[in-house]
Amino acid sequence: MNKIFEVPLYPYEHSPDQDELTPVRRKVVVIGAGPIGLGAAIEMAQQGIEVVILDENDKVSFGSRAICFAKRPLEILDRLGCGHEMVEKGVEWDVGKVFFGDRQVYEFNLQPEDGHEFPAFINLQQYFLEEYLINRVRELQATGAPIEIRGRNKVSAIGTHPSHVTLEVETPEGPYNLEADWLIACDGANSPTRSMLGLDFVGRVFEDNFLIADVIMEADFPTERWFWFDPPFNRGQSALLHKQPDNVWRIDLQLGWDIDKEREKRPENVIPRLREMLGDEVEFELEWVSIYTFQCRRMENFRHGRVLFAGDAAHQVSPFGARGANSGLQDTDNLGWKLGLVINGQASESLLDSYNFERIHGADENILNSTRSTDFITPKSDMSRLLRDAVLDLSEHFEFARPLVNSGRLSVPCTYDGSDLNSADALNGPADTRPGSSCPDAPLDDGFLLPKLGGKFTLLTINTDAPDQIEVDGIEVTRLALNTGTDPNSPLKQRYLGDATSAVYLIRPDQHVAARRPTYDENLFHAAVRRATGKE
Amino acid sequence: MSTLTLTPNIDGADDFYADLLATHDGLSNADSGALNARLVLILANHIGERKILTEALKAAALK
Repeated sequence: MNKIFEVPLYPYEHSPDQDELTPVRRKVVVIGAGPIGLGAAIEMAQQGIEVVILDENDKVSFGSRAICFAKRPLEILDRLGCGHEMVEKGVEWDVGKVFFGDRQVYEFNLQPEDGHEFPAFINLQQYFLEEYLINRVRELQATGAPIEIRGRNKVSAIGTHPSHVTLEVETPEGPYNLEADWLIACDGANSPTRSMLGLDFVGRVFEDNFLIADVIMEADFPTERWFWFDPPFNRGQSALLHKQPDNVWRIDLQLGWDIDKEREKRPENVIPRLREMLGDEVEFELEWVSIYTFQCRRMENFRHGRVLFAGDAAHQVSPFGARGANSGLQDTDNLGWKLGLVINGQASESLLDSYNFERIHGADENILNSTRSTDFITPKSDMSRLLRDAVLDLSEHFEFARPLVNSGRLSVPCTYDGSDLNSADALNGPADTRPGSSCPDAPLDDGFLLPKLGGKFTLLTINTDAPDQIEVDGIEVTRLALNTGTDPNSPLKQRYLGDATSAVYLIRPDQHVAARRPTYDENLFHAAVRRATGKE
Repeated sequence: MSTLTLTPNIDGADDFYADLLATHDGLSNADSGALNARLVLILANHIGERKILTEALKAAALK
């Protein structure tokens, strides 16, 4: 049986666009059919906006790549139509073990918070996510949604203009020209779009190499995350063992900087390393092996006129903390509704500058966290190694030191503090739902909160009144009326009211809070909608 | 809000200092360095307050 990543899921097909003498203009073109490009395109198509995805390949990605998906991206994927498939196929884990040298120093249980529809995170190979997203594209096409995916369409030149973008596209049948009102570049860390436009990719740079292997084994290792600092089988470096579905285990071995990549990748060099790690008695088969080199850096701007960069094309982080695909999906979640409003004439182009501000804020937070993890895992001086080892030695004996152990801080959504789209906080409520925050989920009598939000502006009222529908400059805002009832400990009350007795939240289409007050006020909420759409 | 104490505050200061030296007795430089690092982390956790820790970091840097 062929593996999913060996089957062309979007083989080359001739498009009528190739026969036109004058280049056809499309509303949105997305470059790259990875998780971020597919996510961006589905987001546009769900809004009924025409979108064409161009990808130089015709298959999902080979090897597991991004494997850890956090709650927020799962919630986003749920709105894109794939959240539940992800959770059903994915592996959930709570227990992690930390090893230092040849001994286990401690074990932890994450015990995720109750009252959320989606788990804190799951492990799943990237190719499954891509397969689900492609299935979703096909499903949208079947309902007549204006979405197209063109395999083996490689963009070889890009021209930027104030009103559109021109593209030269190479195909197996020769080149053709295409135009787009808007271009979303999701073509990965080595983004050809970025190079073709001659754009920067700057920031703090450090480089490291990881040997990443997918190993198939019928081993009875428990479903846990094992992380080694300075293990006997990889002295001076780190190692990670993670379970994925279908008896595939992901192993990350840090190799350091000055290495011969081709040599390290050869099976005769990989297998003895893995044998030493897994023990002589374990039978395993190597499915995929790759050397991954990372840097922590980002573009200075994610928006260049009508070209918008998202995912790894815009920012790159170390793998610790699973912040690559997770943050990329938050990019397109942030971008989608704004671009939709601009295309539909309901907001001016300048709204897209808030995409730049908010997602750079997110990227910087991710780079900061991933840089700190990297500094802990790979101490850069004798003293930082001394302190790092002291933390690990103490963690074996004393609980206090364990939060200092940093093998990656799991991706959590960032709050867009300081964004021009936020109205000043006017509720004495919980800090986690202040304007700019992504809405935390909460159980309701008939399901969960988040599926009732998103895709549009919502006025969430809790224990208070407001109109069922308001319209501000053509933008419709629909009310969702909730009551906390008598349970003083209900998650809805804890997460959205705190010490307040009532609240009205204005929630953006990406489920982020734009404004909140104890009660409804027409002038103030109209102003908040205008502000959230870049008009104040 | 408290501030970092930089006036004498240890009962039996000479005894404490002797205990500190004794804890390092017979250790190699590397082991002593590791012990000091552990001690710093233990004391920092006991203090806990970030503001005081920041003041202590500055005081230790003699700046």
